[in-house]
Amino acid sequence: MNYNWDWAVFFKSTGIGEEIYLHWFMSGLLWTLALSLCGWLIALLLGSLLGTMRTLPNRWLAGIGSAYVSLFRNVPLLVQLFVWYFLIPDILPESMQTWLKQDLSPEVSGFLIVTLCLGLFTAARVCEQVRTGIEALPRGQRQAAAALGLTTAQTYRRVLLPQAFRIVIPPLTSEFLNIIKNSSVASLVGLMELLAQTKQTGEFTANLFEAFTMATLIYFTVNMGVMFTMSRLERKLRVPGLIALGGK
Amino acid sequence: MKKCFVALLIASLFPAAQAAELTGTLKKIKDSGTIVLGNRDSSIPFSYLANNSKPIGYSVDIAQAIADEVKKELKMPGLKVKYNLVTSQTRIPLVQNGTVDVECGSTTNNVERQQQAAFSLGIFQIGTRLLTKKTSGINDFPDLAGKNVVTTAGTTSERLLKKMNEEKKMKMRIISAKDHGESFLMLESGRVAAFMMDDALLAGEMAKAKKPADWAIVGKPQSAEIYGCMLRKGDPQFKAVVDRAIAGLYKSGKINAIYDRWFLKPIPPKGLNMGFPMSHELKTLIAKPTDKAAEQL
Repeated sequence: MNYNWDWAVFFKSTGIGEEIYLHWFMSGLLWTLALSLCGWLIALLLGSLLGTMRTLPNRWLAGIGSAYVSLFRNVPLLVQLFVWYFLIPDILPESMQTWLKQDLSPEVSGFLIVTLCLGLFTAARVCEQVRTGIEALPRGQRQAAAALGLTTAQTYRRVLLPQAFRIVIPPLTSEFLNIIKNSSVASLVGLMELLAQTKQTGEFTANLFEAFTMATLIYFTVNMGVMFTMSRLERKLRVPGLIALGGK
Repeated sequence: MKKCFVALLIASLFPAAQAAELTGTLKKIKDSGTIVLGNRDSSIPFSYLANNSKPIGYSVDIAQAIADEVKKELKMPGLKVKYNLVTSQTRIPLVQNGTVDVECGSTTNNVERQQQAAFSLGIFQIGTRLLTKKTSGINDFPDLAGKNVVTTAGTTSERLLKKMNEEKKMKMRIISAKDHGESFLMLESGRVAAFMMDDALLAGEMAKAKKPADWAIVGKPQSAEIYGCMLRKGDPQFKAVVDRAIAGLYKSGKINAIYDRWFLKPIPPKGLNMGFPMSHELKTLIAKPTDKAAEQL
């Protein structure tokens, strides 16, 4: 194959002000991190709440949790994003439409919408993991808490959730990695995150392979960092004997 | 000059005498019995998919003429013609790795791309302008100051717009949408005041709009660009055939019929007429074909 490799391309001027292409990658990385972290915050909070709801004795609350999961887990992320970005804003009241589409800068309104979309999508997955974590605990834990006279809220707060969260740290790590990778859908609604900057660099310079190699390395490094931090966290929070106990 | 022409005429009468052994793409096409043309899915009216998902458009007609020329050159009337869909990201790698033999869509010939691929004689010339609502009060680029503007990611317009914003401190807020269809959706849904793009593509988007009469193409062209067909670098034998096919359309005047069909008559899928008469620049290009980028002229 007849390809002209040029690794110096990242240090070439973009022709816009003083920028070089590397600056584009850095600003893209910042957007990617901002999107994934904010989305993850929504996903973790909402997902934990819904996951807990799904294990409650109250049929209505459990039903809401499982309806949420069915809806958000069964529709492709990209379809959800287009619904949030193109459809929902058009059915909002006129004043909110103007605010979202014109008063906010396109970056901010895009950022809000994509963060919300990623957060809600990932929440469905976090929900299932938290639920599994709670259900993986021996039934005796809940019964013992009840025998001690703890209320349902106390049982969850003091007994079930602290153990369940420790068990699900590894699958939650996967979800965290997923949300970082999934944030690349933002490039399809014009938010200049890492993938969008990569494509743009590729188009402008015609050095597609170098651009995508750079993106691969950046995603890989960021995700390795997350994996490392999460496994440190897991080790730090580990209660000796708990996992073995939870597994039985 | 006259001598040169006579020599060319003689040479073209005896193609066998000069091209003894096939190399590169022509050899590949002969061996596989297939020529693969790259097409786009939504570059209206250059190369797009209509009702039965068969590629059609101005550039597709030119690609067909190239395929016919290759059939003649190889004396293979039964040569199979296959289409392979490309996007703006995949078109260069797919030409380079041999999946696609020649890509005719809406690809601007520029110096960066010439590092990776070769270009045929130019097949179209555009200017980059603005599409806006007739009632928006925008008549030219300076009117965009402080407004939201959309352009398609990875295009020359994107670079020009960002440059203009930086140099003239216009405080525009620029969105880069993923393709022309989405750029137009941003415009139609009121997120932006204007859409900057190649004028012919803007006319194509306008023809697709719910109410085409609401929109107008305005502004002084910010750049001129020549579209070309892309092929592998370092393959003069194949390039000669491709260029001969295109020059043939220009010399015989067949290009006018092709132009009329796509720019001045109703086109699929909705039967709308682009009403986009041939520009002076394109007439010049047809009279004096070149395989150079506009910035090299």
